[in-house]
Amino acid sequence: MPELLSVRNLKIEATSYPPGEPPKCITIVDGVSFDLQKGKVLGLIGESGAGKSTIGLSALAYGRGGAEITGGEVSLNGTNILALGKTGIRKVRGAHVCYVAQSAAAAFNPAHRLGDQVIEASVKHGLMTKDEARKRALYLFRVLGLPNPETFGDRFPHQVSGGQLQRAMTAMALCPNPELIVFDEPTTALDVTTQIDVLAAIKHAIEETDTAALYITHDLAVVAQISDDIMVLRYGKTVEYGSVQQIIEAPTQDYTRALVNVRQTAREEAPDQSQALLKVDNVSAQYSNGFKVLHGVSLHLCKGQTLAIVGESGSGKSTLARVITGLLPPSDGNITFEGKALTPELKRRPRDELRRIQLIYQMADTAMNPRQTVRDIIGRPLTFYYGLRGAAKTARVKELLEQIEMSNGFIDRYPAELSGGQKQRVAIARALAAKPELILCDEPTSALDPLVAEGILKLLMKLQTESQLSYVFITHDIAIVRAIADSVAVMHRGRLVRFGPKSQALSPPFDDYTDLLLKSVPEMELGWLERVLTSRRMASAGN
Amino acid sequence: MRLREIPITAWIGILGIALACFCAIFAPLIAPYGETEVVGGVWQEADAQFFFGLDNLGRDILSRLIYGARTTLSVALAATVISFSLGILLSFIAAVSGGLIDTVFSRFNDLMMSIPTLIFALVVLAVLPQHLIVLILVMAVLDSTRVYRLGRAVALDVAVMEFVEAARLRGEGTAWIIFREILPNTLSPLLAEFGLRFAFSILFLSTLSFLGLGIQPPAADWGGMVKDNKDGIIFGISAALVPGTAIAALAICVNLVVDWLLKRTSSLKGGRGDA
Repeated sequence: MPELLSVRNLKIEATSYPPGEPPKCITIVDGVSFDLQKGKVLGLIGESGAGKSTIGLSALAYGRGGAEITGGEVSLNGTNILALGKTGIRKVRGAHVCYVAQSAAAAFNPAHRLGDQVIEASVKHGLMTKDEARKRALYLFRVLGLPNPETFGDRFPHQVSGGQLQRAMTAMALCPNPELIVFDEPTTALDVTTQIDVLAAIKHAIEETDTAALYITHDLAVVAQISDDIMVLRYGKTVEYGSVQQIIEAPTQDYTRALVNVRQTAREEAPDQSQALLKVDNVSAQYSNGFKVLHGVSLHLCKGQTLAIVGESGSGKSTLARVITGLLPPSDGNITFEGKALTPELKRRPRDELRRIQLIYQMADTAMNPRQTVRDIIGRPLTFYYGLRGAAKTARVKELLEQIEMSNGFIDRYPAELSGGQKQRVAIARALAAKPELILCDEPTSALDPLVAEGILKLLMKLQTESQLSYVFITHDIAIVRAIADSVAVMHRGRLVRFGPKSQALSPPFDDYTDLLLKSVPEMELGWLERVLTSRRMASAGN
Repeated sequence: MRLREIPITAWIGILGIALACFCAIFAPLIAPYGETEVVGGVWQEADAQFFFGLDNLGRDILSRLIYGARTTLSVALAATVISFSLGILLSFIAAVSGGLIDTVFSRFNDLMMSIPTLIFALVVLAVLPQHLIVLILVMAVLDSTRVYRLGRAVALDVAVMEFVEAARLRGEGTAWIIFREILPNTLSPLLAEFGLRFAFSILFLSTLSFLGLGIQPPAADWGGMVKDNKDGIIFGISAALVPGTAIAALAICVNLVVDWLLKRTSSLKGGRGDA
């Protein structure tokens, strides 16, 4: 069988302009080769900066943000598309090879109807008339399982949900009947419960139309469900390239093995104590416009333990953290901390109450002032709460850096000079500096690569045993919950649907939502998607 | 900061400003003649004795230019610094506090801006006693409305960032949030505005002097000198162009320095890299 896409010794370089230094040339992708046959799916996987998106775009002979393809060959049906030139490549893009971006919300033009955008490329390329394109779009909307396919195209992007938008984008890519589609992390921005639908839709559509695809993601469990082959990338080089079965079941490289085994730890839960550190009692909250975001939530957390709050976006889990910190005073109910009522409003809270509850944000980039050095960032709480200055402060900052497993050399760096994982560690150190009793962690690892995230989780666990910290850990990742939690709270649309010790909360009998949530988490196992879909079908048939 | 890293354009600007400051400080020592001394005929041509020639009353233009640097520079600089301090402080307080304070400040600012600056200044200066301090304060207050607008816009962008929220959660006061969290992150656009505003305030002072409400004669100031000599242009006498050129040159010099500072602050490690 002839190769549809054949990439040989691909080399992509870009010029970077580090501040205060002369520009330098960096190699993003170095010597990557692979083949893709018609109707097959190749998964490209790696952490951020591994060059996976860059490789994906090279199939369209496109370099993003100054990246330039400087060596190698990309052949589509035997023609080297890198040698085609500007006009030649335009005939390929959007007709033979299509692209599905990570954020569909940003990729659709909000001023035009979805239907017009979906058929635009096919009509522009003269592949079909407007009516034919409309018919095909309708067919694709059906295949992708979109609601009301007849009228779906009449809607504007803001009128449909994120998962539907991502499927509409897949329809747009499939519309001109391309031979190859590049999926660039199509489900990363979605909730797990939505992700599974989109994944199933994409898989079904690819099979139905017999299109080949490059599927780019950082989540090995996702790619295992959809691809035939997997290529693991790191620092722009191929780590391992093989069939899905081989990669998942018998990885040969250490890095791949680490990826496959990531987060398979689970910890024993600590027993529930009668004396709770934090007690949230029947708390409701609403925004100033009267929109109610929390409805009578009650839960508690014991000292030295971890409470995981799970739920999809919009479930109110971050809002609960804001209520505990006082950023959004509750409209109803009480919060008690060590037996005493917490002052509802942030402005009225005494300094010591503020010190004892610290918050770690999801995005460490925006949570730290870019104009302050690590010394200032970690040192400020020391000065503010403990009056430390000068040498005493520096000594304590160094001590804290040691605790978060970073060397003293980082003390004078700015956040921009740190990696994502290091930034999150500094944010943890800032929280630790206040010597808190409770740390609220608002998805601290969801913006990080899996291996880096695991390092952060291990650090948090170590700190917990060292200094008897309690955590409220907000996440949407069930695997993390299994790894670190003692008790679990599941939230859905502002209500608490399930709360209890981990062993109880995560074992049957389940309520409907928890069941859906648990079943939607991709597992590192072949055929998981089919299994879940079949069981769903059986359940709906049984009803 | 090594001297070698300062670009040539910034050096030109620094030298120009240094020259103006030098003239202002040592005016009595370096000026060949007195500020108001009549030394020859009306609009006498430039020669070896009088470098730029004489003005409409027979005073030496070079000497008046040197003395004029004093008033022009000090008044414009003082007015700009005060207008910036006032504008930034009020706008940041408005952005950080929000709610009623923000509304009151902003609507009052709109009210001020709705009256044309020049007419406002003319009315106020005509009523108030003729004094240098009054002039500086009026210029500063009127100019601060523009600074307020910009300051509030850039501060609002930063005030919603999570590190500001983190500072609030720590229990920091408004002063810390304004000066330590927000100000360093908004410095780039504000510096650019400073250069522009300084040039504008020289021009504004010149306009006021030109209309007779700025620096009072016989004291020399660059704008006033243009006014005194403007009639000469009709007769092909270039006396008015000399102070005019000085104003333009100073404005350009200030902006060259500001451009460089801007590049430095925005390319600082950890800078936001924009603006």
